[in-house]
Amino acid sequence: MSDVEEAITRAHRGEWARVVAALTRRFGDLDIAEEAAAEAFAIAVERWPADGVPPNPGAWLTTTANRKAIDRIRRESKRDAKHREAQMSYDDPPEPVGAIDDDRLRLIFTCCHPALAMEARVALTLRMVGGLTVPEIARAFLVQGTTMERRITRAKAKIKAARIPYRMPSVGDLPARVSGVLAVLFLVFNEGYLASGPGTDPVRHDLTTEAIRLTRLIRALLPQDGEVAGLLALMLLIEARRPARVSAGGELVPLAEQDRGAWDAELIAEGHRLVRERLAAAAAGVAPGRYQILAAINAVHTSARDIRDTDWSQVLALYDQLVRLDPSPIIALNRAIAVAELDGPEVALAIVDRLAETLAGYHAYHATRADLLRRLGRSQQSRAAYDRAIELAGNTGETAYLTRRRDQLQ
Amino acid sequence: MQYLVSVIDDKSNPGSTDRRPAISAFNERLIAEGYWVFAGGLADTDTATVIDNRGEQAVFTDGPFVESKEYLAGIWVWEAPDLDVALKLAAEASKVCDRKIEVRPFL
Repeated sequence: MSDVEEAITRAHRGEWARVVAALTRRFGDLDIAEEAAAEAFAIAVERWPADGVPPNPGAWLTTTANRKAIDRIRRESKRDAKHREAQMSYDDPPEPVGAIDDDRLRLIFTCCHPALAMEARVALTLRMVGGLTVPEIARAFLVQGTTMERRITRAKAKIKAARIPYRMPSVGDLPARVSGVLAVLFLVFNEGYLASGPGTDPVRHDLTTEAIRLTRLIRALLPQDGEVAGLLALMLLIEARRPARVSAGGELVPLAEQDRGAWDAELIAEGHRLVRERLAAAAAGVAPGRYQILAAINAVHTSARDIRDTDWSQVLALYDQLVRLDPSPIIALNRAIAVAELDGPEVALAIVDRLAETLAGYHAYHATRADLLRRLGRSQQSRAAYDRAIELAGNTGETAYLTRRRDQLQ
Repeated sequence: MQYLVSVIDDKSNPGSTDRRPAISAFNERLIAEGYWVFAGGLADTDTATVIDNRGEQAVFTDGPFVESKEYLAGIWVWEAPDLDVALKLAAEASKVCDRKIEVRPFL
């Protein structure tokens, strides 16, 4: 990559959200902001190789995008004078600037507004804040480009027509709204981490990387929020294991069998730092939320030299804490895996079997049962459970792993 | 910005019938705080008549235009600066009416 191309890529990564956010604030219209930002970057691609990279790329892009937006509004106002009036009446007076008042935060809260459908929030966040193109987002979620385009267009139209505001939530609403944003980012991460669909790679690195990048951004904007730190730590500690998670043959490798030397030590160190920061806060009396507890569980796993070295009683204590916060059957299932290590597979199986009714359609339920039954020497039942898990698993690497385990049964 | 706020009831699982005093108190607050534009409860859907005069002559049909389990039991029109304000009020309205609420912006 040439220096100029690198500068453009860097500017896109670093400045896209800032440009879109500033323009949305000024013109009160996501559509105009998005289009003008895209135009400004296209002009940069055209001009920078000849004219050189401007000394302040961010300012250059914002100015250029502003000019493009004004051009468009002038063009449209000639056609429709009322339209212009509507644009302008939406322009709030400037508010005081502080860390928490960043325009990009407003943009994130608007894109993740609870009045939008979850899939629309995901698409809008990746487009407006992440700067991914519509075809890129469509590919990532295995839908047609036109479908994704419609989804984004519809969401933008609702924001405008229903007047979803472009501002920080009130202090009272902030925790719930932040947790809504984190849910969107975790969904993006998980889609990358456990990519679904036949013929797709087991891990889609582009999505996990993007989710981490956006969570880092939120962390920079809301440094005091414990759950933001928790989610970032959780993502980092999962991402750190990526190099060991899929075998050369495309098969998912479970935690117990992973080559721990291949884990990314730098990401683990960063994740552990964040977990320690939250542990200190918890010691000072701030109750941790679910992402912080999940991050702590992953910190225990990534601290162990090998699977036998894992502090399972610590893992179980954290799951007990998590169950009190979120009594969902999926948490109970994961807790049972720790129980199996401490009290044996028989005790764990009794817990898992109690979840049959709610988790019968969930592949991990059957995969966990299959493993416990295998350890108890109940091969026939284990095989049936593997069959069901394979049927339900959507991830190609996971299917390959489960099939091998099943075929190894005596 | 004006929003049409619909109160949705369910024939198979109707909301409680003792909400009138609470709704009156809520209406007074909406008026005092400047959100209230209009409000009204609706008679049963059986009392509706549909008129179609797109053809040669007007055709009258007894009953609502669509038969459904869920139906419109009443409406408000609110004036609110944005959807967040309307949704906050709607969350209260749902408790007050013991029914689901739909919020829809006017054009």
